Amino acid sequence: MIPLSWYLILAAALFSIGLFGVLARRNAVAILLGVELMLNAVNINLVSFWRYGDISLMAGQVFAIIVFAVAAAEVAVGLALVISVYRRRNTVVAEDLDLLKW
Amino acid sequence: MTGTQIFFLIVGAATLFSGLMVVTTRNLIHAALWLVATLFGVAMIYAILDAGFLAVVQVVVYIGAIAILFIFAVMLTRRQAAETGPSVNANWWAGAFTAVVTFAGLTFMLKSWSGFSKQAAAIPSGFDAVNQLGNALTSPTGYVLPFEVASVLLLAALVGAVYLAFNKK
Repeated sequence: MIPLSWYLILAAALFSIGLFGVLARRNAVAILLGVELMLNAVNINLVSFWRYGDISLMAGQVFAIIVFAVAAAEVAVGLALVISVYRRRNTVVAEDLDLLKW
Repeated sequence: MTGTQIFFLIVGAATLFSGLMVVTTRNLIHAALWLVATLFGVAMIYAILDAGFLAVVQVVVYIGAIAILFIFAVMLTRRQAAETGPSVNANWWAGAFTAVVTFAGLTFMLKSWSGFSKQAAAIPSGFDAVNQLGNALTSPTGYVLPFEVASVLLLAALVGAVYLAFNKK
């Protein structure tokens, strides 16, 4: 059988990959792709803790579903912002959006 | 090595590889398609974890809705999407360093935890996870309040997204 550690290490690796995407990419849409990877890593953790803990307590799965809903909301608003910014400034490169920078 | 372990290793390696491709591919359409592969791998991880309902929801919501939304957004902002300039910013090495340190720190912390190499208990016969999940989501002693809050959040996000993306001219 698979020990819990495999899932946790997989989730940590996926989270770090997503973190790199968020920190390093220039395109705003690519940054949101990195956020999605991080949310998925968190979900793997939640579901594996549900499976390896008391299986009759559904908190892990319920929380994963809440994360689904929050991810959908985040993507909808985030991409709407990106499209709105693209219309006004004709760019989606994050470092060009320096309106609020000193 | 049992068959499940080998299957897990293959799926995990494919998931991590496509995750890496998501953050390194220059062409954003390709990155979004690699994201679909990653999400599918995560759905298979859910299936290995006996969370069949979540695996299906992952395919329907993430791949069916969120990944498609990404592809639409890439197409709508295509003029500047990939071809010009580097795909990573000047401080990408700092980002890579932070990611590696985060991974090392998480693994180091988890290693010192006593339940790290815990094995899963067998599922009792007659246990219906979907039934339990439905009860938990709708019972007042369970999680009906977070469930309703999530629906309000989705409504607010829908209205907000329409308002933000609406072309006023």
